[in-house]
Amino acid sequence: MRAGVVVFPGSNCDRDMAVALKNAGAEVSMIWHKATEIPTGLDVIALPGGFSFGDYLRVGAIAARSPICQSVIRFADKGGYVFGVCNGFQVLTETGLLPGALLRNAGLKYVCRHQTLKVTTTNSVYTGGYSTGQTITVPIAHHDGNYNLPADDVKKLFDQDRVAFTYVDNPNGSVADIAGVLSENRRVMGMMPHPERLAEEAHGGTDGKPFFANLFDQFVSA
Amino acid sequence: MKARVYVMLKNGVLDPQGAAVQHALGALGFDGVSGVRQGKVIELDITATDAAAAKAQVEEMCEKLLANTVIENYSVEIV
Repeated sequence: MRAGVVVFPGSNCDRDMAVALKNAGAEVSMIWHKATEIPTGLDVIALPGGFSFGDYLRVGAIAARSPICQSVIRFADKGGYVFGVCNGFQVLTETGLLPGALLRNAGLKYVCRHQTLKVTTTNSVYTGGYSTGQTITVPIAHHDGNYNLPADDVKKLFDQDRVAFTYVDNPNGSVADIAGVLSENRRVMGMMPHPERLAEEAHGGTDGKPFFANLFDQFVSA
Repeated sequence: MKARVYVMLKNGVLDPQGAAVQHALGALGFDGVSGVRQGKVIELDITATDAAAAKAQVEEMCEKLLANTVIENYSVEIV
Protein backbone atom coordinates (compact mmCIF):
# COMPACT_ATOMS: atom_id res chain seq x y z
CA MET A 1 0.00 0.00 0.00
CA ARG A 2 1.22 3.48 -0.86
CA ALA A 3 -0.22 6.26 1.24
CA GLY A 4 0.18 10.03 1.15
CA VAL A 5 -0.27 12.33 4.13
CA VAL A 6 -0.99 15.96 3.28
CA VAL A 7 0.81 18.48 5.48
CA PHE A 8 -0.74 21.93 5.85
CA PRO A 9 0.76 24.76 7.87
CA GLY A 10 -0.81 24.06 11.26
CA SER A 11 -1.21 20.32 10.80
CA ASN A 12 -0.07 18.62 14.00
CA CYS A 13 -1.12 14.99 13.64
CA ASP A 14 0.59 14.41 10.30
CA ARG A 15 3.51 12.49 11.77
CA ASP A 16 1.27 10.41 14.05
CA MET A 17 -0.77 9.52 10.98
CA ALA A 18 2.36 8.59 9.02
CA VAL A 19 3.60 6.39 11.90
CA ALA A 20 0.28 4.55 12.14
CA LEU A 21 0.23 3.95 8.37
CA LYS A 22 3.88 2.81 8.35
CA ASN A 23 3.31 0.48 11.30
CA ALA A 24 0.49 -1.10 9.31
CA GLY A 25 2.97 -1.75 6.50
CA ALA A 26 2.36 1.21 4.19
CA GLU A 27 4.94 3.16 2.28
CA VAL A 28 4.18 6.77 3.21
CA SER A 29 4.91 10.04 1.39
CA MET A 30 4.37 13.36 3.09
CA ILE A 31 2.77 15.87 0.71
CA TRP A 32 3.45 19.54 1.46
CA HIS A 33 0.44 21.77 0.83
CA LYS A 34 2.25 23.87 -1.78
CA ALA A 35 2.67 20.86 -4.05
CA THR A 36 0.22 21.10 -6.89
CA GLU A 37 0.41 17.47 -7.89
CA ILE A 38 0.16 14.43 -5.68
CA PRO A 39 2.75 11.66 -6.12
CA THR A 40 1.70 9.06 -8.67
CA GLY A 41 0.69 5.57 -7.64
CA LEU A 42 -0.91 6.39 -4.29
CA ASP A 43 -3.62 4.05 -3.00
CA VAL A 44 -4.90 6.37 -0.34
CA ILE A 45 -4.48 9.96 0.83
CA ALA A 46 -4.86 10.99 4.46
CA LEU A 47 -5.71 14.50 5.64
CA PRO A 48 -4.41 14.76 9.21
CA GLY A 49 -5.59 16.58 12.29
CA GLY A 50 -4.42 19.98 13.43
CA PHE A 51 -5.37 23.57 12.78
CA SER A 52 -4.64 24.09 9.10
CA PHE A 53 -3.98 27.74 8.27
CA GLY A 54 -4.94 28.59 11.86
CA ASP A 55 -8.50 27.56 11.04
CA TYR A 56 -9.02 31.17 9.96
CA LEU A 57 -12.42 32.10 8.54
CA ARG A 58 -13.88 28.64 9.29
CA VAL A 59 -12.25 25.37 10.33
CA GLY A 60 -10.68 23.76 7.27
CA ALA A 61 -11.89 26.51 4.93
CA ILE A 62 -8.56 27.86 3.72
CA ALA A 63 -6.96 24.41 3.46
CA ALA A 64 -9.87 23.23 1.32
CA ARG A 65 -9.02 25.95 -1.24
CA SER A 66 -5.27 25.29 -1.26
CA PRO A 67 -3.67 24.02 -4.49
CA ILE A 68 -2.98 20.54 -3.09
CA CYS A 69 -6.61 20.14 -2.13
CA GLN A 70 -7.67 20.73 -5.74
CA SER A 71 -5.46 17.74 -6.63
CA VAL A 72 -6.96 15.73 -3.76
CA ILE A 73 -10.45 16.54 -5.07
CA ARG A 74 -9.46 15.39 -8.56
CA PHE A 75 -7.95 12.20 -7.05
CA ALA A 76 -11.22 11.52 -5.20
CA ASP A 77 -13.33 12.36 -8.27
CA LYS A 78 -11.41 9.73 -10.21
CA GLY A 79 -12.34 7.16 -7.56
CA GLY A 80 -9.34 7.61 -5.26
CA TYR A 81 -9.47 6.77 -1.56
CA VAL A 82 -9.20 9.76 0.76
CA PHE A 83 -9.78 9.96 4.49
CA GLY A 84 -9.59 12.81 6.94
CA VAL A 85 -9.29 12.75 10.70
CA CYS A 86 -10.36 15.69 12.87
CA ASN A 87 -9.19 18.79 10.97
CA GLY A 88 -8.94 16.51 7.93
CA PHE A 89 -12.67 15.76 8.28
CA GLN A 90 -13.37 19.48 8.52
CA VAL A 91 -11.35 20.07 5.35
CA LEU A 92 -13.23 17.30 3.51
CA THR A 93 -16.61 18.85 4.34
CA GLU A 94 -15.32 22.24 3.18
CA THR A 95 -14.23 20.76 -0.16
CA GLY A 96 -17.70 19.28 -0.60
CA LEU A 97 -16.29 15.73 -0.88
CA LEU A 98 -18.30 14.91 2.25
CA PRO A 99 -21.70 16.38 3.17
CA GLY A 100 -22.44 18.62 6.13
CA ALA A 101 -20.29 20.96 8.18
CA LEU A 102 -18.54 20.93 11.55
CA LEU A 103 -19.52 23.67 13.96
CA ARG A 104 -18.33 24.78 17.39
CA ASN A 105 -19.01 22.08 20.02
CA ALA A 106 -22.46 22.49 21.54
CA GLY A 107 -20.88 22.84 25.00
CA LEU A 108 -18.51 25.51 23.60
CA LYS A 109 -15.56 23.77 25.21
CA TYR A 110 -12.59 22.05 23.67
CA VAL A 111 -13.02 18.37 24.46
CA CYS A 112 -10.02 16.10 24.86
CA ARG A 113 -10.71 12.62 26.15
CA HIS A 114 -11.01 8.96 25.33
CA GLN A 115 -14.33 8.53 23.59
CA THR A 116 -16.41 5.42 23.08
CA LEU A 117 -17.58 4.97 19.50
CA LYS A 118 -19.90 2.49 17.87
CA VAL A 119 -18.90 1.08 14.51
CA THR A 120 -22.01 1.72 12.47
CA THR A 121 -21.02 0.05 9.22
CA THR A 122 -18.24 -2.32 8.25
CA ASN A 123 -18.86 -1.77 4.57
CA SER A 124 -15.79 0.34 3.81
CA VAL A 125 -12.04 -0.08 3.63
CA TYR A 126 -11.81 2.05 6.76
CA THR A 127 -14.20 0.13 8.98
CA GLY A 128 -13.92 -3.41 7.58
CA GLY A 129 -11.52 -4.42 10.36
CA TYR A 130 -14.25 -4.04 12.97
CA SER A 131 -17.60 -5.70 13.42
CA THR A 132 -20.93 -3.89 13.10
CA GLY A 133 -22.09 -2.52 16.43
CA GLN A 134 -18.69 -3.05 18.01
CA THR A 135 -17.75 -0.36 20.51
CA ILE A 136 -14.21 0.96 20.45
CA THR A 137 -12.40 3.66 22.40
CA VAL A 138 -10.58 6.31 20.42
CA PRO A 139 -9.21 9.68 21.55
CA ILE A 140 -10.97 12.87 20.55
CA ALA A 141 -9.48 16.36 20.80
CA HIS A 142 -11.45 19.12 19.13
CA HIS A 143 -13.28 22.40 19.55
CA ASP A 144 -15.31 22.21 16.35
CA GLY A 145 -16.65 18.69 16.05
CA ASN A 146 -20.36 19.40 16.10
CA TYR A 147 -21.49 17.69 12.90
CA ASN A 148 -24.35 19.49 11.27
CA LEU A 149 -26.54 18.27 8.45
CA PRO A 150 -30.22 18.85 7.58
CA ALA A 151 -32.57 16.11 8.86
CA ASP A 152 -33.38 14.82 5.35
CA ASP A 153 -29.70 14.37 4.59
CA VAL A 154 -29.11 12.62 7.92
CA LYS A 155 -31.81 10.12 6.99
CA LYS A 156 -30.20 9.65 3.58
CA LEU A 157 -26.82 8.94 5.20
CA PHE A 158 -28.31 6.24 7.41
CA ASP A 159 -30.45 4.82 4.57
CA GLN A 160 -27.35 4.52 2.41
CA ASP A 161 -25.33 3.00 5.28
CA ARG A 162 -22.85 5.85 5.08
CA VAL A 163 -22.45 6.57 8.79
CA ALA A 164 -19.09 5.01 9.69
CA PHE A 165 -19.04 5.68 13.43
CA THR A 166 -21.39 7.13 16.02
CA TYR A 167 -20.59 8.46 19.48
CA VAL A 168 -21.75 6.67 22.59
CA ASP A 169 -22.47 9.62 24.92
CA ASN A 170 -22.27 12.45 22.37
CA PRO A 171 -19.41 14.82 23.36
CA ASN A 172 -20.08 17.73 20.99
CA GLY A 173 -23.72 17.94 19.94
CA SER A 174 -23.29 16.21 16.56
CA VAL A 175 -26.56 15.44 14.85
CA ALA A 176 -27.66 11.80 15.36
CA ASP A 177 -24.40 11.20 17.31
CA ILE A 178 -22.51 11.00 14.01
CA ALA A 179 -18.73 10.75 14.47
CA GLY A 180 -17.70 9.71 10.96
CA VAL A 181 -19.25 9.57 7.49
CA LEU A 182 -18.59 8.03 4.10
CA SER A 183 -19.03 9.47 0.63
CA GLU A 184 -21.58 8.02 -1.77
CA ASN A 185 -18.94 5.78 -3.40
CA ARG A 186 -17.71 4.82 0.12
CA ARG A 187 -14.14 5.80 -0.75
CA VAL A 188 -13.95 9.14 1.03
CA MET A 189 -14.33 9.06 4.80
CA GLY A 190 -14.09 11.70 7.51
CA MET A 191 -14.16 11.28 11.28
CA MET A 192 -13.46 13.51 14.26
CA PRO A 193 -11.87 10.84 16.54
CA HIS A 194 -8.19 9.95 16.12
CA PRO A 195 -7.59 6.23 15.43
CA GLU A 196 -3.88 6.99 14.85
CA ARG A 197 -3.54 8.03 18.50
CA LEU A 198 -4.47 4.62 19.86
CA ALA A 199 -2.83 2.27 17.43
CA GLU A 200 0.00 0.63 19.37
CA GLU A 201 0.55 -0.77 22.86
CA ALA A 202 2.66 2.21 23.92
CA HIS A 203 -0.37 4.44 23.34
CA GLY A 204 -2.23 2.62 26.09
CA GLY A 205 -4.63 0.92 23.71
CA THR A 206 -4.91 -0.46 20.21
CA ASP A 207 -8.53 0.14 19.21
CA GLY A 208 -7.33 2.26 16.29
CA LYS A 209 -5.06 -0.46 14.95
CA PRO A 210 -7.71 -2.42 12.97
CA PHE A 211 -8.49 0.78 11.07
CA PHE A 212 -4.99 0.86 9.59
CA ALA A 213 -4.49 -2.91 9.45
CA ASN A 214 -7.63 -3.35 7.37
CA LEU A 215 -6.67 -0.48 5.09
CA PHE A 216 -3.34 -2.21 4.47
CA ASP A 217 -5.07 -5.55 3.80
CA GLN A 218 -7.34 -3.89 1.25
CA PHE A 219 -4.48 -2.45 -0.74
CA VAL A 220 -1.67 -4.91 -0.22
CA SER A 221 -2.92 -7.13 -3.02
CA ALA A 222 -3.93 -4.24 -5.28
CA MET B 1 -15.09 50.99 -3.10
CA LYS B 2 -15.83 49.07 0.05
CA ALA B 3 -17.94 45.96 0.29
CA ARG B 4 -19.32 44.65 3.52
CA VAL B 5 -20.24 40.99 3.79
CA TYR B 6 -22.50 39.72 6.55
CA VAL B 7 -22.30 36.02 7.25
CA MET B 8 -24.87 34.44 9.58
CA LEU B 9 -25.66 30.87 10.51
CA LYS B 10 -28.85 29.75 8.80
CA ASN B 11 -32.02 29.62 10.83
CA GLY B 12 -32.34 26.22 12.41
CA VAL B 13 -28.57 25.78 12.77
CA LEU B 14 -27.83 25.75 16.46
CA ASP B 15 -25.66 28.71 17.49
CA PRO B 16 -24.11 27.80 20.85
CA GLN B 17 -22.03 31.01 20.89
CA GLY B 18 -25.14 33.14 20.46
CA ALA B 19 -26.81 31.17 23.24
CA ALA B 20 -23.81 31.76 25.53
CA VAL B 21 -23.91 35.50 24.80
CA GLN B 22 -27.63 35.57 25.55
CA HIS B 23 -26.99 33.77 28.82
CA ALA B 24 -24.24 36.25 29.77
CA LEU B 25 -26.52 39.20 28.97
CA GLY B 26 -29.15 37.68 31.24
CA ALA B 27 -26.56 37.35 34.00
CA LEU B 28 -25.82 41.08 33.63
CA GLY B 29 -29.47 41.87 34.20
CA PHE B 30 -30.50 42.41 30.57
CA ASP B 31 -33.55 40.20 30.77
CA GLY B 32 -35.34 41.52 27.67
CA VAL B 33 -33.27 39.49 25.20
CA SER B 34 -35.20 36.60 23.72
CA GLY B 35 -32.56 35.48 21.24
CA VAL B 36 -28.97 36.10 20.12
CA ARG B 37 -27.37 34.96 16.87
CA GLN B 38 -23.71 35.60 16.31
CA GLY B 39 -22.24 36.04 12.85
CA LYS B 40 -19.35 37.82 11.21
CA VAL B 41 -18.75 40.92 9.15
CA ILE B 42 -16.05 40.97 6.50
CA GLU B 43 -14.99 44.23 4.88
CA LEU B 44 -13.28 44.25 1.53
CA ASP B 45 -11.66 47.06 -0.44
CA ILE B 46 -12.63 46.52 -4.03
CA THR B 47 -10.90 48.11 -7.00
CA ALA B 48 -13.95 47.84 -9.25
CA THR B 49 -15.67 51.19 -9.77
CA ASP B 50 -19.04 49.85 -10.86
CA ALA B 51 -21.20 48.96 -7.83
CA ALA B 52 -23.15 46.22 -9.60
CA ALA B 53 -19.99 44.58 -10.90
CA ALA B 54 -18.40 44.80 -7.46
CA LYS B 55 -21.44 43.21 -5.85
CA ALA B 56 -21.46 40.35 -8.35
CA GLN B 57 -17.75 39.80 -7.74
CA VAL B 58 -18.15 39.73 -3.94
CA GLU B 59 -21.13 37.39 -4.19
CA GLU B 60 -18.96 34.96 -6.12
CA MET B 61 -16.34 35.26 -3.35
CA CYS B 62 -19.02 34.41 -0.82
CA GLU B 63 -20.07 31.32 -2.75
CA LYS B 64 -16.49 30.13 -3.18
CA LEU B 65 -14.92 31.00 0.16
CA LEU B 66 -16.35 33.64 2.48
CA ALA B 67 -19.47 31.70 3.45
CA ASN B 68 -20.13 27.99 3.77
CA THR B 69 -23.58 27.84 2.22
CA VAL B 70 -24.22 24.46 3.83
CA ILE B 71 -24.67 26.22 7.16
CA GLU B 72 -24.45 29.95 6.50
CA ASN B 73 -26.33 32.71 4.70
CA TYR B 74 -24.62 35.84 3.49
CA SER B 75 -25.56 39.28 2.30
CA VAL B 76 -23.41 41.82 0.50
CA GLU B 77 -23.56 45.57 0.90
CA ILE B 78 -21.58 47.98 -1.27
CA VAL B 79 -20.68 51.09 0.71
